[in-house]
Amino acid sequence: MKSSRLSQVYASILIDALYQMKNYPITLVSNVLAPFSVLVLILLVSHGDLLSISIEGALITSMISGGVNLQIDLSHMKNDFKFQDMLVSSPTSAFAYALGMGMAALANSIPALAVLTFLSALFIRATLVGALTVLCVFALMFAFSVALGFMLSTFSTDIQQNRAFVSILTIILATIAPIYYPITYIPASIRFLAYFSPATYAAEIAQNAIGDLQLTAVNLAADWVVLVAVCLALFAVAVKKSHWRDP
Amino acid sequence: MTDLLECSSLSKRYGNEPPALDEVTFSTETRGIFALLGRNGAGKTTLIRILATELQPTSGSASINGMDVLRDTNRIRQQIAVMPQEARLVPWLTPRQTIYSYLLYRGFGRKEAASKVRDALEKLGLGQYENVVNRRLSGGVKRRVLMSTILATDARILFVDEPTTGLDPLIRADLWATLRELKRTHFIFLTTHYLEEAERLADRIGILENGRLLTLGSLGELRAGMKYQVSMRILNGGSPFEPKVGEVFKGEDGSTQIFTSEEDADRLTEELVKEKRRFSIYPISLEDIFYYLVRRPIEEDTRKEPRENGDRHEE
Repeated sequence: MKSSRLSQVYASILIDALYQMKNYPITLVSNVLAPFSVLVLILLVSHGDLLSISIEGALITSMISGGVNLQIDLSHMKNDFKFQDMLVSSPTSAFAYALGMGMAALANSIPALAVLTFLSALFIRATLVGALTVLCVFALMFAFSVALGFMLSTFSTDIQQNRAFVSILTIILATIAPIYYPITYIPASIRFLAYFSPATYAAEIAQNAIGDLQLTAVNLAADWVVLVAVCLALFAVAVKKSHWRDP
Repeated sequence: MTDLLECSSLSKRYGNEPPALDEVTFSTETRGIFALLGRNGAGKTTLIRILATELQPTSGSASINGMDVLRDTNRIRQQIAVMPQEARLVPWLTPRQTIYSYLLYRGFGRKEAASKVRDALEKLGLGQYENVVNRRLSGGVKRRVLMSTILATDARILFVDEPTTGLDPLIRADLWATLRELKRTHFIFLTTHYLEEAERLADRIGILENGRLLTLGSLGELRAGMKYQVSMRILNGGSPFEPKVGEVFKGEDGSTQIFTSEEDADRLTEELVKEKRRFSIYPISLEDIFYYLVRRPIEEDTRKEPRENGDRHEE
């Protein structure tokens, strides 16, 4: 990547993460605390039985919320500050901007990820393969949520649409998906609903990797296929439908 | 390479709505200040966004210094900078961080960007606000920071969309001074609905209405292109007055506005003095030209529905 493109990526990380946390330290606190609300709730309700699954769920939530928050930030930059217009009419590349904002989303998640990783090291016993599998799943979920966030931001025209998108995404990715508990906790009659969310496949793979869920080889392979296919399809749609210059 | 901004049959339609731009054709030199005037919704922002490579036209073509806005996008983007209408500073950044980041986006290295930030802030007297969070700045300072942001680049073509809207008269005057200074070294494409702004700053003026370009030229050329040279305003009072010269508009306040020739104005002045009526007379101004041109097509399009601010009749 050319040095100018790296500058553009760095600029996004500065604007949307580092300067934000530096000038508004409250966002740093919020970023750390965000994934813990459900984690604490699940721990209390399960009397600690779901500790490892819920830590892992909190990690997945961090990845997903990166994309959800990205959608909000991108939309603010575009619709409220008109900053994106200034960038579109400049030598900034759409790819560098999107990548930079994605990196910024990751940077914003780092404080929470650091704490959760520390908790994982304390409470989750995983093999090296298991840990790598989990990392891979997290990376896919992050890429998925960033692509989704970038695509939705190009359609969103104001704060009300943002809220609607966030609400729908939260339901699809974090509410109906069993990321803080095993899927068997969902009544069998409505369990199929969970499979509408790609986060369910990610959670199953991750839970299997740390030994909290026993998937057959076929089910595991199917989960991978669906997760990768959904990510690729979303990327394809995002590349095709997102627009830098307005049509 | 031609030093011209050219549009040829440029049109833009949003869905099934009436065209936001309708076959706009013009060319103007890329030096000094070009002011595009028009009411809200006239199509000014649409035109500026197409020229600034932010928006695709539905049909037609446009080029800047020989570079086509659709084919030579990357080359154009190296040479322009845009201050969009209703642009707001990112509230959690400081002016220094705002300009620095924007320069990084434009591909400058860190050292060069840092040095340019200092220069840009000093140029507009913003040094003292360098590290103040944007949300704490006053409206005028915010606008100057935005201006400073696009000035920090090497771009010599600036698109500035309604830069003074909502600013108080003193801050507006400050910004005008900045623009006047800038036009020595930059081409500034300015949109505004403040007629005074265009009159004071622009070397060339275009008037856009309902997506159509009604006229274009220097103020002198616009005046020369008018059928009438004099504007008279007769205040309400006494018996009704129906002058039979030039073109007459009746205002909501009961006053009568007349556009007429110098000879007719002399005759009418004598008549008005005799009748002891209160009136003013002055050479036709940009405001007169604007109202004359903008009212005309509207009233011609809607003859059966007279506008609220009065009927018009021609001699």
